[in-house]
Amino acid sequence: MPIIKADLELCQGYANCVMEAPKLFDISDDGVVVVLEEEFGEETRGRVEAAVRSCPVSALRIEE
Amino acid sequence: MSPKTVIVGGSVGGIRAAQALRSQGYVGEIVVIDAEPNVPYDKPPLSKGFLNGTIDFDRIQLISEKELSDSEIGLVLGQRAAAVDVSEKVVRLDGGHGVGYDDLVIATGVRARPSPWNASEGVHLLRTLDDAQSLKRDLLESGSVVVVGGGFIGAEVAATASRLGLSVSIVDPLAVPIGRILGDGVGERFIGLHHANGVATYFGTGVESISGSRGNLVVGLTNGIHLSGDIVVVGIGAVPNVEWLASSGLVLDNGVVCDEFLRAVGQANIYGIGDVARWHHPGLRRLVRVEHWTNAIEQAACVAANIVNPSNPVSYSPVPYVWSDQYDWKIQIAGETVDASSYSLVEDPANPNRFAAVYVDEAGLYSGIATVNWPRAMIQCRKLLETERDVAVPLALLRQMV
Ligand SMILES: Cc1cc2nc3c(=O)[nH]c(=O)nc-3n(C[C@H](O)[C@H](O)[C@H](O)COP(=O)(O)OP(=O)(O)OC[C@H]3O[C@@H](n4cnc5c(N)ncnc54)[C@H](O)[C@@H]3O)c2cc1C
Ligand code: SF4
Repeated sequence: MPIIKADLELCQGYANCVMEAPKLFDISDDGVVVVLEEEFGEETRGRVEAAVRSCPVSALRIEE
Repeated sequence: MSPKTVIVGGSVGGIRAAQALRSQGYVGEIVVIDAEPNVPYDKPPLSKGFLNGTIDFDRIQLISEKELSDSEIGLVLGQRAAAVDVSEKVVRLDGGHGVGYDDLVIATGVRARPSPWNASEGVHLLRTLDDAQSLKRDLLESGSVVVVGGGFIGAEVAATASRLGLSVSIVDPLAVPIGRILGDGVGERFIGLHHANGVATYFGTGVESISGSRGNLVVGLTNGIHLSGDIVVVGIGAVPNVEWLASSGLVLDNGVVCDEFLRAVGQANIYGIGDVARWHHPGLRRLVRVEHWTNAIEQAACVAANIVNPSNPVSYSPVPYVWSDQYDWKIQIAGETVDASSYSLVEDPANPNRFAAVYVDEAGLYSGIATVNWPRAMIQCRKLLETERDVAVPLALLRQMV
């Protein structure tokens, strides 16, 4: 299954990814992204891709 | 024959629209045209990390070669669109070459408003990569800078320049520049932030003249004060890039005027997105044009959906969102704050550099939120904006978080 990878050094906590896919992402107390579920199925690919593109600092990527 | 979408403007709006089309299953041809020769890049870092040297150009590229070819997105760089013939469905490039389309996306953005003061050498604007590179070179060789314009871009440039060790003054005709967006009480805190970082503010006073040249510029203020600086940065807003559409018959009025589905009014297959689009906001029931990054990508996704599924278009009614980084403040704003009638502050006693302002509209309903150094509070309150109008709810949530 494809998985979501987040670069916590790059993440600025802008949270656009959380708005795109609230079931997959959240923000920690320290203000950076938390990936709630790393693995995702094909039915959620569209959402994940939209979340990746919505990140202003390109901190998210999909690993196949 | 397979359909073809032409996207004019290859910045964040245009590139994200092309990607969203593929994501949503569009099988036709996609061509993105941009006047700039540079590979598509992102703008927010140009006043922040790219300007202070912590982020390189390869980190601000919007799409890689591989993503372009994997997604079969055609990119035409260094070609300016000069006109569009709506009845023939052709975009004319400078030099006369025509590019036919079935659907056209207008994503030509805005340009920096030019300096009305006789700009000599050493006076900078900041919008493009070239602007940022030339400003960066000059900042590294200068001891002082005068920033004209106290909005977000001006404040970010002032913050970056002071970090680089320059002596910085910032000027704006408004007494509380950020107050226009967040209310005067919150705006005062932003003035305090400039002062805490050693930046001199001249707010509530206009600029009358700029004279001299690089290394020896003088900015004359309307109150009689003369400020000297090695360089000057003018950040006084932006102008929509619509001149190329003058003969098209499209409705142009402070941008490309669009309906609630982001279609250029009166057109079934022409759309506007990003900084250039002024659309009928179905929630606010008026025309709105927004110059923020997240708006551009959300409009890109909406237009992609409407191109793929034109018989069942979705309207665009966003919860606006913008961020800004100034000094050690991470600022985030969601919803409507500009037209808000009042706000309540929530502070964190454990951290003086962290606070939130919660805004209500004329009816007293929750309409917007601004936070400083508080991403977790922001996302919770930003989500609430989609469902909750009772202001007691975000306030209780915030108080619980401190
Ligand atoms: C220095 C700076 C800092 C910013 N910081 C933030 C921030 O912190 N947060 C935030 O939310 N937003 C920020 N923004 C705003 C954000 O970058 C814009 O909202 C965003 O770039 C809009 O994207 P766009 O694609 O609509 O237009 P633009 O980015 O303006 O791109 C338009 C493109 O169209 C091309 N073009 C124009 N005319 C033609 C033509 N006739 N033919 C072909 N191509 C043409 C241009 O070359 C350009 O590449 C910042 C902007 C700047 C300049
Ligand atoms: S959108 Fe990007 S920067 Fe923002 S929280 Fe998600 S990963 Fe971090």
